[in-house]
Amino acid sequence: MKLTLKIWRQKNNKSQGKFETYQVEANEHMSFLEMMDVLNEQLIAEKKEPVAFEHDCREGICGTCSMDINGRPHGPMQGTTTCQVHMRVFKDGDTITIEPFRSTVFPVIKDLVVDRAALDRIIQAGGYISVNTGQAVDGNAIPIEKDEAMKAFDAAACIGCGACVSACPNGSAMLFTSAKVSHLGILPQGKVESSRRVLNMVAQMDKEGFGMCSNIGACSAECPKEISLDNIARLNREYFKASLASEKA
Amino acid sequence: MKLDSKIPAGKLSDKWQQFKSEVPLVAPNNKRRIDVIVVGTGLAGASAAATLGELGYNVKAFTFHDSPRRAHSIAAQGGINAAKNYQNDGDSVYRLFYDTIKGGDYRSREANVHRLAEVSTQIIDQCVAQGVPFAREYGGLLENRSFGGVQVSRTFYAKGQTGQQLLIGAYQALSRQISLGTVTMYNRHEMVDLVVIDGKARGIIARNLLTGKLERFGAHCVVLGTGGYGNVFYLSTNAMGSNVSAAWRTVRRGALMANPCFTQIHPTCIPQSGEYQSKLTLMSESLRNDGRVWVPKKIEDAKAIQQGKKTALDIAEEDRDYYLERRYPAFGNLVPRDVASRAAKVECDKGLGVSPTGLAVFLDFSAAIERYGKSEAHSKGMENVSKEQIMAMGTKVVEAKYGNLFEMYEKISGENPYKFPMKIYPAVHYTMGGLWVDYNLETNIPGLFATGEANFSDHGANRLGASALMQGLADGYFVLPYTIGTFLSKEIRTPKVDTNSPEFAAVEAEAKKRIDGLINVKGSQSVESFHRRLGKIMWDYCGMSRSAEGLLKGRQMIRSLREEFYKDVFVPGTSDEFNPELEKAYRVADFMELGELMMLDALNRNESCGGHFREEYQTPEGEALRDDANYTYVAAWEWDDQEPILHKEELVYEEVELKTRSYK
Ligand SMILES: Cc1cc2nc3c(=O)[nH]c(=O)nc-3n(C[C@H](O)[C@H](O)[C@H](O)COP(=O)(O)OP(=O)(O)OC[C@H]3O[C@@H](n4cnc5c(N)ncnc54)[C@H](O)[C@@H]3O)c2cc1C
Ligand code: SF4
Ligand code: FES
Repeated sequence: MKLTLKIWRQKNNKSQGKFETYQVEANEHMSFLEMMDVLNEQLIAEKKEPVAFEHDCREGICGTCSMDINGRPHGPMQGTTTCQVHMRVFKDGDTITIEPFRSTVFPVIKDLVVDRAALDRIIQAGGYISVNTGQAVDGNAIPIEKDEAMKAFDAAACIGCGACVSACPNGSAMLFTSAKVSHLGILPQGKVESSRRVLNMVAQMDKEGFGMCSNIGACSAECPKEISLDNIARLNREYFKASLASEKA
Repeated sequence: MKLDSKIPAGKLSDKWQQFKSEVPLVAPNNKRRIDVIVVGTGLAGASAAATLGELGYNVKAFTFHDSPRRAHSIAAQGGINAAKNYQNDGDSVYRLFYDTIKGGDYRSREANVHRLAEVSTQIIDQCVAQGVPFAREYGGLLENRSFGGVQVSRTFYAKGQTGQQLLIGAYQALSRQISLGTVTMYNRHEMVDLVVIDGKARGIIARNLLTGKLERFGAHCVVLGTGGYGNVFYLSTNAMGSNVSAAWRTVRRGALMANPCFTQIHPTCIPQSGEYQSKLTLMSESLRNDGRVWVPKKIEDAKAIQQGKKTALDIAEEDRDYYLERRYPAFGNLVPRDVASRAAKVECDKGLGVSPTGLAVFLDFSAAIERYGKSEAHSKGMENVSKEQIMAMGTKVVEAKYGNLFEMYEKISGENPYKFPMKIYPAVHYTMGGLWVDYNLETNIPGLFATGEANFSDHGANRLGASALMQGLADGYFVLPYTIGTFLSKEIRTPKVDTNSPEFAAVEAEAKKRIDGLINVKGSQSVESFHRRLGKIMWDYCGMSRSAEGLLKGRQMIRSLREEFYKDVFVPGTSDEFNPELEKAYRVADFMELGELMMLDALNRNESCGGHFREEYQTPEGEALRDDANYTYVAAWEWDDQEPILHKEELVYEEVELKTRSYK
C-alpha cells in the first residue's frame, strides 16, 4: 500500500516545528511503528535525518510510544497504543497526519518525542505506600476481596503514557492522577495515607501546570488502557474529604 | 585468575542466615557519607536503589529510559514464583531450590539458588505491602498457578501483567526515596563507560541523551541492573532498547562474562511474518496449560497449509502429530522451554511447519474448549447439548482465562485463535549468561556489583518460567543490600570520589573518541541493517542448535561484519544532540563483540545442556547429552580483541545429585 505521511518535524524545543510530507510503501501486516521504521530507513538511505519517535516494548505495556495519529492520541483504535496499531486499519492511498502528543506540560524534545517527566513528579508527590523493604507482614495476613483487588488492578493498569493529557481540551492530568489515587486508595494497605496522598498529588499536578478537569471525558475515551472515569469521581471524593479534614486540623 | 565464589561455609540451608548474622554492617552515620551508583532501574535496579536509599546510603540511579517505569521488566506477563506453599501442595524452599537446579540442567551454583528460594517468600510479602494487586481467590487470599518444568502451583500473578505491577511497585518505592532525597534519579542518562581507580569501581561516564554531553559521576561503588542481551539476535521478545552495553563496557574494563552462550529460546512466540519485522511477541507459557501443540503428520498436508490451500481444520485428527505428548508423556505440553523449543525446530526442519515460511507449529485450544464446555454443561445439569453449545460455553471459559493473550494474538496476526489454532514458533527471550559474580553479587572488579538478568548467577543453562522476576527482586530487595556491606564496610574512610581526577578524564576521552568515531565513519549502510545481519548470523549459527563447524564460521562472519561496520556505517546527525540513531550505533557495536564471544563460548562447551544444544552431543533420540565429567563449570571469559581468555569456576554439588534431566 502507498501512503502519504504528514509528519511534524522539529529540531529541538527551541526551534519552530512544521509539517513535512513523505511517501512510503507499506504492507498491511506491518505495525504502525514498523511502517515508521521503513520510512526512517528510506530517509537514512537518502542521508537525511530520520524522524525521532519513542518506543520500546512494542506490545502496549511500557507507555513509551506516543504520537497523535490523524488527531487522535495512539491512533484510530479503541484501547490500543500506537505500537499496537497495524496497517490493516488504513487503506492504500491514505494520507496520515502524525504529530507529537500536544500539551504545554510536555515540551517537544525532537520531532515526535516529548518530555513527560511531570507525570513522574506527580507519583513522587505521593503515589506510593510508605513501607520500607523488610517491614511487610505475611502476604496472606491482609485478605482482600477479589472484586476490590480487581478494581485496584484495573486502575493500576495505567501505563503512564500521557494520552489522557493530550486528548483533554484543558490539558488535565486528572485521569492519570486519579488512577494512582484509586489503585492505592482501594487497597487496605494504601488507605492509611490516602488523605495525604491525594492532597499532595493534586497539588503537584497544579504546580506542573496541568489544566483543570471539567468532566469532558475525552481522556478515558482515548486511554489505551480504558481507565475509567469512575477513578476521577473517586479522586474528587477523596480530595473533598481530605480537604475538609485538613481545614479542621 | 583464581575465581573465588566466596560461598559461606556451613550447611546449605544455614549459609544465608549465617552470612546475614556475620556480615559487617555500615553504621547509619557512615552510610550517609557513602555514595552508591545504581545503573538500571528495572526490577533489579529499582528495588536495589530504593532499598539502599531506605537504608540511608546516598544513591544515584541511572536509566536510559525517560522514566524508571519504562524498563523492560514491565513486559513480563506470566508471574513470579515463591515457595509460600499457600496451596498446601507440597511446595517448600527445598523443592523450589531443587526444581531450579534441575531446570537449569545442573549448571548453577547451589548456594545462590538456595538463597533465592529462601528469600522468595519475603518478596511476595513486600510486594503485597506496596500495593501490588495480585490475583486473589474469592476468600480474599492470594491465588497461584503452574508453570513449565514443575509439579506444584507456586506462581503468583496479576493477570497477564505481572511484570508491570511488580515494576510499578518498585518504581513507587523508588519514587518515594527520590522525594525523600536519598536517591537522585538521572533519567535519559546512559552509562557509556566504567571508571576504575586503583583497581576499584569508582564511577561511570554517562551520556546525557538529551544533550549528548558526557557527564562524570563518582561513587564508592557501582551496581549494574542493566538487564539481558537477547537483542544480540536482533529479533527477540525483549524491548527494542534492551542492550548489553553497560555490562559490556565493564567487560572491556576487566570484568568477566560468564556463560554467554546460555540463551533461552521461548517456545511460544508469534512467528516472524516478514523481513521488515522489528521484534517478536511472546505468548505466555501459561497457554501451554491448555493448548496442545501439533503439526501435520504428512508432508503434503504441511505443504498445502504453507501454500494457503488448506487450514488446520482440514486436517483429520489421525493425521495430526501431537509430538510433545508423543515424545514426553509425563510432562506433555508442559515440558521446560528448552525442550519444547527444540522439538518445534525438529518438526519444522522436517518440512512440517505450518506457516508460509514453514517456521511455525500449531498451539490448539479446541480440545480445551470442548473439555471446559462439557464441564460447564455438566455443572449446570444440562443434557442433550449440541456441539455448538458446548463449544460456545467452553470458549467463554477459555476467554476468561486467557482473553487478553488471545486478543493480543489477534491484533498482531489478524486471525481468530478461538476458531483456528494459534501459530507459534520459538524466539529468543532471556539470557542466563551475564557478568560473573560471586556469592555477594560482586564481579571480579572490586566494588562493581551486578543484579538481575545482567548477572549469570542463578539459572544455569536454562531458566524456569516465573523465576526471572523472582531473581531480580531477590537481588535488589533482599540480597544486595546485605552483601554490599562486605565491600562498603571497608570504605567508610574513603572520601568522596573526585571526578576531576586523571582517571575520569581519561575514560571520558576514550568514550568520546569511540562515540565520535562512529559518526565520522560517514559510510552508506544504516545501523539497523548491520544489526539485522548480526542477528541472522547469531540465529543461524548460535541459536537453537549449534555445531563446531557452524560456530567457527559464525565467528568469522561476525568479524568481517564488524570490519565492514567500522568502514561503512552511516550515523546521521551529531554526537552533541538527542540522536537515537547514534545510541543504536554504539549499542550494536558492543553487540558484535559480545556475539563473537558467545560463539566462542558455545564452541568451547563440548556438550549439550539446557538452552545450549550442540548437534554433535545428543542421544540417538535427539535429547541433550551433558558431559558432567568435563563441563560442570562456569565459563567466565576475559575479553581480548584477538583471543578471549577462559577462566573456570568449578561447580561443586554438595546437596543435589547430578542426574540426566528427564521429562518423559
Ligand atoms: C515478553 C517477556 C515476558 C516475560 N515474562 C516473565 C515472567 O512472566 N516471569 C518472569 O519471571 N520473567 C519474565 N520475563 C523475564 C523478565 O522480565 C526479565 O528477565 C527481567 O524483568 C529483567 O529485569 P532487570 O531488572 O534485570 O532488567 P530490565 O528490566 O531490562 O532493566 C534494565 C534497566 O537498565 C537500564 N539500562 C540498561 N543499560 C543502561 C545503560 N547503559 N545506562 C543506563 N541505564 C541502562 C534500563 O533503562 C532499565 O532501566 C519476561 C521477559 C520478556 C521479554
Ligand atoms: S490514564 Fe490512560 S491515557 Fe492516561 S497515562 Fe494512564 S494509560 Fe495513558
Ligand atoms: S512501545 Fe511500549 S507501549 Fe508502545
